[in-house]
Amino acid sequence: MTDTTATQNEAKQGRKLPLHALGPVLALVALIILGASLNSNFLSYGNVTNVLARSAFIGIIAVGMTFVITAGGIDLSVGSMAAFVAGVMILAMNAMIPVLGVGVPLIVAGMGVALLAGIAAGLINGLLIAKVGIEAFIVTLGSMGIYRSLTTWLADGGTLSLNFEARGFYRPVYYDGILGIAWPIIVFALVAILGELAMRKTPFGRHCAALGANEQVAKYSAVKVDRVRMATYVLLGMLVGLATIMYVPRLGSASGSTGVLWELEAIAAVIIGGTVLKGGFGRVWGTVVGVLILSLIDNILNLASIVSPYLNGAIQGVIVILAVVLQREGKSAD
Amino acid sequence: MKRRDIFKGAALGLSLAVAGPALAQDTKVIGVAIPSATHGFMGGLNYHAQASIERLEATYPELDFVLATAGDAGKMVNDIEDMVATRNISALVVLPFESEPLTSPVQAVKEQGIWVTVVDRGLSVEGIEDLYVAGDNTGFGRVAGEYFAENLNEGDNIVVLRGIPTTLDNERVDAFTAAIDGSGINVLDMQHGNWNRDDAFNVMQDFLSKYDDIDAVWAADDDMAVGVLEAISQADRSDEMWVVGGAGMKEIIKRIMDGDPQLPVNVTYPPAQIATAIELTALGLVSDTPVAGRFIIGSQIITPENAEQFYFPDSPF
Repeated sequence: MTDTTATQNEAKQGRKLPLHALGPVLALVALIILGASLNSNFLSYGNVTNVLARSAFIGIIAVGMTFVITAGGIDLSVGSMAAFVAGVMILAMNAMIPVLGVGVPLIVAGMGVALLAGIAAGLINGLLIAKVGIEAFIVTLGSMGIYRSLTTWLADGGTLSLNFEARGFYRPVYYDGILGIAWPIIVFALVAILGELAMRKTPFGRHCAALGANEQVAKYSAVKVDRVRMATYVLLGMLVGLATIMYVPRLGSASGSTGVLWELEAIAAVIIGGTVLKGGFGRVWGTVVGVLILSLIDNILNLASIVSPYLNGAIQGVIVILAVVLQREGKSAD
Repeated sequence: MKRRDIFKGAALGLSLAVAGPALAQDTKVIGVAIPSATHGFMGGLNYHAQASIERLEATYPELDFVLATAGDAGKMVNDIEDMVATRNISALVVLPFESEPLTSPVQAVKEQGIWVTVVDRGLSVEGIEDLYVAGDNTGFGRVAGEYFAENLNEGDNIVVLRGIPTTLDNERVDAFTAAIDGSGINVLDMQHGNWNRDDAFNVMQDFLSKYDDIDAVWAADDDMAVGVLEAISQADRSDEMWVVGGAGMKEIIKRIMDGDPQLPVNVTYPPAQIATAIELTALGLVSDTPVAGRFIIGSQIITPENAEQFYFPDSPF
């Protein structure tokens, strides 16, 4: 693909955006109608809050993943990274209690540790991929295993738990909010809006797409390819840290089984939302729709219990594929 | 200079290795092969294995132990082969990572005249092991079911969280269902929480949205109980229902000891069963006590009165 056709494509997509994007949105609307017809509590305030708040972890990570995939990369390590960052955050907070006491400084320090740990983890991935030039799949497959077993090692095979009082103080960060909207939902919304703006309106977003579409052309167009690629992984690492900040107050613990398969859910959400897996085009708001579809399926299966729970995975698979198929038809129709 | 040291070391090692078998005439070696500590239960199992080895080594100077933990079945087979080839073990205590791939390697060990103790998961061919030690999955479900039947009234509603879909989970749930059969307890729903805190939290949130009247929850596992309790407290319905977990996680046992009304009892499925297996094997080697056969560790009910004897604050589980 040359640069000109890439621009043409983008212009075309810009004009006909609603048609292209219809697939996942239709799937989402269909799921909402299905859910509402199966159970009257589906649209209740409590259930909507539950679903949105639990989507926030994967959602925040998936926004970062959108940039990585748009730039032609992949990151398989985010689930293990989240578990590791959560473990480090809990250990750090427990260690700082004697110095800082239980209060706002402790929480802020914990958040700082989580963000720094996330950024550092992302930076290591990014350096190995962009500077050393190893395949992203291999680097992140390796770091996936490393972070997972480091977490198990930190927890001595068990579970790392936040100090009881600190947890009580930190708990409102997941469960409370402003005007009845829980914090995780607010943070997820902010991340999504900023992500959408960054993708559409900033040079960084355009550089990601250019890099994913054709690296050579991007290089000749004076895009600092290595720096952009590394930035996508650092951004994703930071967002993993942010997701962890919202995750830890929920149950106050981390173990080797925290965040299992989050990477695949995040990647699936990105692709359902219309981002191209081989890079070159990304749609952040589509990712948000993808995340909501994934968590609604689980929610509806639990609320309805019309099929054997053994089949939950199969139904999820069918809907994921269907959402992408609908989108394809939208594309060929224009 | 350094290189010469290495040679010296090698020579020393060689002479030790030659002298080794002569010493081994008096000491007997027990090999212990278990899965590595990848989750809470196995973490506890590793802890109890190490603790009992430490105790036995102090008690019986004539016994020596070699402990190997494996992250997959292939590594476990290698470990066992190494123990037989290089450590000349007299007995093997093994918790098979998976039944099928471990069956013939363990059979080969047995054919060399080595005592074999199998723990928790059976091998796929019967009659290989001299001693079989395991927890009681049917009892685990039945004891919990009996508590529900005794403490709930006809027409009361419960929800159940199941583990990862496996035969083990089926045995537990079938026994539970049989035990509450005829009591008039209404099982509103059963979903898989996969023995995972986060999954159990999500499933319980959805149960709470779906049902206005729940009297009790069988969470069937203490990790799931943690997620369930958090979801209930979020919905502000803590006074409405109690929760029964299982397996005896130390944090949960502590709350039962303290008389938490939300957690009336717990059912054991002890990771310390590995200690039973190692102790019995050692006893068979050092004395004439007969220890061959099957040893099924009953699933006991933990109440605030007896909780203290199930509380191991140093264990990771």
